[in-house]
Amino acid sequence: MTDGATGRARAGAKTVADLLRRRGEQIAQRWADLPFFQAVFTVTRDEAVEACHAVVDSLSAVAESGRVDDLEAPGFQPIREQLIAMTASRARSGLSTAQVDREVGALREAALELLAADAPEEAGEARVQLVTLFATLRVMVVDTMLQENQEIVLRQRQQLLEMATPVIKLWDRLVAVPLIGMLDSARSQVVMENLLEAIVEHKATIVILDITGVSTVDSLVAHHLMKTVASARLMGAECVISGIRPAIAQTIVQLGLDLGPVTTRASLADALEWALERREGRDLPTRGNP
Amino acid sequence: MNHAAQESIRVPIRKDTDLTVVRQQVRALAQRTGFGLVQQTKLVTAASELARNTLLHGGGGAAEIRVVHGQAGAGLSVSFVDSGPGIPDVDLALSDGYSTAGGLGMGLSGSKRLVQEFEIESGPDGGTRVTVTSWADPYSVGHGVR
Ligand SMILES: Nc1ncnc2c1ncn2[C@@H]1O[C@H](COP(=O)(O)OP(=O)(O)OP(=O)(O)O)[C@@H](O)[C@H]1O
Ligand SMILES: [Mg+2]
Repeated sequence: MTDGATGRARAGAKTVADLLRRRGEQIAQRWADLPFFQAVFTVTRDEAVEACHAVVDSLSAVAESGRVDDLEAPGFQPIREQLIAMTASRARSGLSTAQVDREVGALREAALELLAADAPEEAGEARVQLVTLFATLRVMVVDTMLQENQEIVLRQRQQLLEMATPVIKLWDRLVAVPLIGMLDSARSQVVMENLLEAIVEHKATIVILDITGVSTVDSLVAHHLMKTVASARLMGAECVISGIRPAIAQTIVQLGLDLGPVTTRASLADALEWALERREGRDLPTRGNP
Repeated sequence: MNHAAQESIRVPIRKDTDLTVVRQQVRALAQRTGFGLVQQTKLVTAASELARNTLLHGGGGAAEIRVVHGQAGAGLSVSFVDSGPGIPDVDLALSDGYSTAGGLGMGLSGSKRLVQEFEIESGPDGGTRVTVTSWADPYSVGHGVR
């Protein structure tokens, strides 16, 4: 950019800053009726107008500093939190990032019209600055939403981890854990914790670990299974592993893994049958069998 | 071994979640190459063991997965490459139960039993490349090969 161009850009930005300050009230009043504000601040209109003012002031400060294309411009700082809350609210109402982007894009119109009315002779460069300023605002909003989405993904991954390892009470003192996917170290830790808690809660004496949904059983997975079995045993519950598919059974044997003294059954139904027989056997003495 | 390579994928092994990618890619390519469920499961399990060795003992590296064509028809060849400390005594490392890391020590020896071809290039000077190959139809291999 030549010095002359820089100077014109500066002057244009200054015109924008002045316009936003001078016409702040009118802009805020118009924005308050647009979906981006109206749909978020539903309680009173004053609330929406106030939020609009905050955004106008912030944009004016950014223009004043001449950094209209800078996402990191200090002028944006005061409204960052507010924008995060607003976009999150729009996202919760089911709007996509693109839809929110369009809503933010609609804010530009009011400012452009007022610029054309107030400063027709300087409008050229000021218009460029104003358009750039709003483009930056849009990028900021989209960026905020993407970051928010990423956090949602992380949160959901954690939830999935927990959800994918439910402990189901099948019968009195009998619980089952259907394992799905890969039993990596993180997952196996969650399984173990959930299971031990469930053993206490349901006073379980028998646990069925069903691995029908486990895709790969390598030495680490086998190791985790054995650890789970051993800890359940310490809590007074006996484990049976079910759902070992033929391909996995062959693989385990060839790999040279020894599942140790654990009872195994082909299917969950077989394991259940075994467990119920086992319970009978246990219950008999306490029933005062002859 | 000089199987004509056709399709090749490289998966970096830098962190725990990369092991999942290795397993998924090996499984997907094995399915596309016509592997039956048993052959597929064995190869994926071997890959899981070897990729973990690359990460834990080799300090990270990569898996190279390629479709190969040999006498026995189509197959999959997977190399696990790292530039870690290397394996000073390959025969010892290949014995059941040998582990320098407090593991079960079944990874290397077990993987070897799960595949049709197994090769380790390593030494005390560092760097390890373990290459395993399985055929989609292991029973079509010529007399004396199995
Ligand atoms: N890529 C490698 N680089 C250096 N050393 C290796 C590598 N792979 C294997 N080793 C050595 O060979 C030994 C045996 O490997 P193996 O996979 O059989 O057992 P492990 O990894 O120790 O235990 P696990 O049964 O959990 O796999 C390891 O303990 C390690 O010393
Ligand atoms: Mg290993």
